[in-house]
Amino acid sequence: MAADTEFRICPTTGLRVHLPAEALIKANAVVAVVFLAIGGLFGLLVALTRWQAIHLLPADLFYLVLTGHGANVLVFWIVFFEMAVLYFASAVVLSSRLAMPAWGWAQFVLMLVGALIANVSVLQGDSTVMFTSYVPLKAAPHFYLGLIIFAVGALIGCCVFFGTLVVAKEDKTYEGSLPLVSFGALVAAIIAVFTLAAGAVILIPTFLWSVGYIGHIDPLVYKVVWWGFGHSSQQINVSAHVAIWYAIAAIVFGAKPISEKVSRMAYFFYILFLQLASAHHLLVEPGISSEWKIFNTSYAMYLAVLGSMIHGMTVPGAIEAAQRQKGYVNGAFEWLRKAPWDNPAFSGMFLSLIFFGFLGGITGVILGTEQLNILMHNTMYVPGHFHGTVVAGTTLAFMAITYVLVPLIFRREIMFPTMAKWQPYLFGFGAAGLSLFMMGAGTLGVSRRHWDNTFADAPMSFSYPEGATLMMALNGISALVASLGGLMYIVNIVCSVLWGKPVAAAAPAKPAPAPAPAAISQYGSAGTMQLPGTYILVAVFFVSFILYYYVNWKYLAAVWPLK
Amino acid sequence: MALTPPSERLWWNEPIHKSELVWVTVAFLWGLVMFFTMIFWHVYGQQNLSNEAYRIEPARFEQKVEAMVAKYKIGEEGSSGIPVVKPPAGSDVYMLGRTFQWYPVLELEKGKNYRLHLSSLDVQHGFSLQPTNINLQIHPHYEMVITVTPTETGDFGVICNEFCGIGHHQMLGKIRVK
Repeated sequence: MAADTEFRICPTTGLRVHLPAEALIKANAVVAVVFLAIGGLFGLLVALTRWQAIHLLPADLFYLVLTGHGANVLVFWIVFFEMAVLYFASAVVLSSRLAMPAWGWAQFVLMLVGALIANVSVLQGDSTVMFTSYVPLKAAPHFYLGLIIFAVGALIGCCVFFGTLVVAKEDKTYEGSLPLVSFGALVAAIIAVFTLAAGAVILIPTFLWSVGYIGHIDPLVYKVVWWGFGHSSQQINVSAHVAIWYAIAAIVFGAKPISEKVSRMAYFFYILFLQLASAHHLLVEPGISSEWKIFNTSYAMYLAVLGSMIHGMTVPGAIEAAQRQKGYVNGAFEWLRKAPWDNPAFSGMFLSLIFFGFLGGITGVILGTEQLNILMHNTMYVPGHFHGTVVAGTTLAFMAITYVLVPLIFRREIMFPTMAKWQPYLFGFGAAGLSLFMMGAGTLGVSRRHWDNTFADAPMSFSYPEGATLMMALNGISALVASLGGLMYIVNIVCSVLWGKPVAAAAPAKPAPAPAPAAISQYGSAGTMQLPGTYILVAVFFVSFILYYYVNWKYLAAVWPLK
Repeated sequence: MALTPPSERLWWNEPIHKSELVWVTVAFLWGLVMFFTMIFWHVYGQQNLSNEAYRIEPARFEQKVEAMVAKYKIGEEGSSGIPVVKPPAGSDVYMLGRTFQWYPVLELEKGKNYRLHLSSLDVQHGFSLQPTNINLQIHPHYEMVITVTPTETGDFGVICNEFCGIGHHQMLGKIRVK
C-alpha cells in the first residue's frame, strides 16, 4: 500500500488523487497540447496551399509539411493525450495509486524522444513520405526509428495502465466491476497493444530496409500490416473518446448508462472486430480477393460499426434520462435545449458526438464498402472522412475533457471563461466544415496529397469540375475557423496551467462543471424511462445513413462498367 | 454514473430496456443489409473490380507496354512526346505508372471492352480516371487486370492520387475515348 502522503483528496470531487499519477497526467497532457499546436499549424499551411487562390507553400515544402501534419496531430498529439486519459481513467477514477510510476516516466521520455526524432527527420526534408510511408518510397532511417521508439513508449504506458488496474483491484479501491469509463479505457489499451504490435512488425523491418539490411519489402504486405497499425490506432481514439463522452455525461449531468450491459457489450465489439480494419484501405489493390475484402471490410458483418451505433444511442440516452430526472420533461427536446450549452465540456462533447456520428461514422462505412471505394479511394473524400472522426470527433472530445482536467488535475481555474465558452463551437464547426468540403471536393474527384489542382506543371492539361475550386476554398476558410478555435484552446489551456488562479478549496466560480449530485444516479437500467428525444435523434441518423448509402450506389452505377 | 462502478453488482443480470434492444436489432440487421448489398452488386452490378492480378517484375511489365506501343502507335501527345496508342477493341491494353508519368496515352472506342493492365515501375501510384471517377491503387511488382467499358467519349485525365515523390503533381496521363 502506498503511503497516504502520496495522495491528496480532490476538494471538488472527493476523489483520492495519487500525486505521481497526477504529475504524469500533467506532463503527458502538456506535451500533447504542444504537438497539437505544431501539427495544427502545419495543417493550416496545408489547407492554405490547397486553396488555389492562395497556394501558399512551394511543392517540396507542401509535401514536407503534410507529412509533419499527419505525424504530429494524428499520432503525437492524440497518443500523448491518450496516455493522460489512461492514467486518469485508472489511478484517478479508481482512487488508486499508479503502478510503477518510474515506468510511467520511461513511457513519457521514450515517446517524447521518438516524437522529436521523427519530427527532426521530417523537417530535415529527407523523410517526405507522407504519414503512411508506403514502401518503396523511402524515408531516412531515423524517421522509422523515431516512430519505433515512440511506439515502445506507448506500449510501456499501456503496461503501467494494466498494472494500475491490478493494483486497484488488490488494494480494493473500488467495489464490484470497473466503472464504465475505466472499462472503455481498458478497451482502448487492449486495442493499443495489438496496434503497437502491428506497428513493430512492419516498422522494424522497414527500418532495417532503410539502412540496407533488408533488400526488398513487398508493398502489398507492407500495406496490410501497416494499416493494422495505422487504422487500428484510430480505433484506440474511438474507444478513448467514447469513454470521454460517458465521463463528461457523468460529470456534467450525473448521467448513468441506460444499461451497463449494452454499453460494455458495444465496447467489447471493438476489441473483437476492429483489428480487421486494415482491409478497407486495400479495396482497390491488386492481388486481394473480393471475398477477403468483403468479409473484412464488413468487420465481420459490421459488428464494430454496430458497437459505435449503440454508443450513439446510449450516450445521448443517458444524458436525456438524467435531464428528465431533473425535471426537464417537456416535449421531446427540452432536456437538450436546456442543457448547459455554455459549458465547454458539454458543448464540446455533444458536438463531438454529433459530428463523429453524422460526418465521420457514416462516411467511414461508405468508404469501407468494397465497390463504393472505387469512387473515393485517395480522393479528398478520405481526409474528409477522417477529419470528421479524428478532428471533429476525437480532438474535440479531448478538448472538452481538458476543461474538466485543468481544475481537477492542474488545480487551476480556466483563465478566460468566455473564450472557453466559444471555443468548442469555433473549432467544432470549423472541423465539420473541413470534413464536409473535403468530401465535397472528393466527390468531384479531387486528389488528396496533391500540390496543384490546376496541373500547371503537367505535360498535359486537365481541369477538375468548376465546383472543386470552390470546395477547396471553403475548405481553406473552414481551416481558418478551426485554427482559430484551436488557437483559443491552446492559449487558454497554456495560460490557465501556467498562470491560472489556483482552485480554492471550495471553488465558487468554475467554468468546469459542478460535480455530479450523487443522489440522482438511481435510474436507467431498470427501464422505466422514456427517451423520445434520443429516439428521434437516432431515427434521423439512421435515415440519413440509409439515404446517403444508397445515393452513393447510384453514383457508382453511373461509372464505366468494370469487371 | 459511468465514473463509478455499476450500482448493481450483478449488472449483467439487469434487463435491457426495450428501446435499446430494438436499436441493437435494427442496427444489426442494417449491417447485414450492407453486407449483402456488396454481394448483390457482385452478381447484378456493373462496377466490380476483378480478382485478376499477377506478380511481375517491373522490367517485364515495361517490355509488354513497349511491345504494345511499338505495334499500335498512332502519334504523339502534344509537346510531351508521349506516344498515343490505339489498340484494337477487345484487346489487352497496358498503362504503366512511373515517377512522374503515366505511359502511354490510350485511345479507346466507346462501348467496347478492353482488358486494362496496370502496374508501376517504381513506387506506388494512384490511378485516378477523371471525371468519370475511377480510382485504383497501383503497386510495383503487381499487375492488375480489369475489364473496362468506356461509356462516354472525350478526353479523360489520369491523375496520380497516391503521393509518389516531389513531382507527384506533374503526373498526369490521358485516356481518349472516341
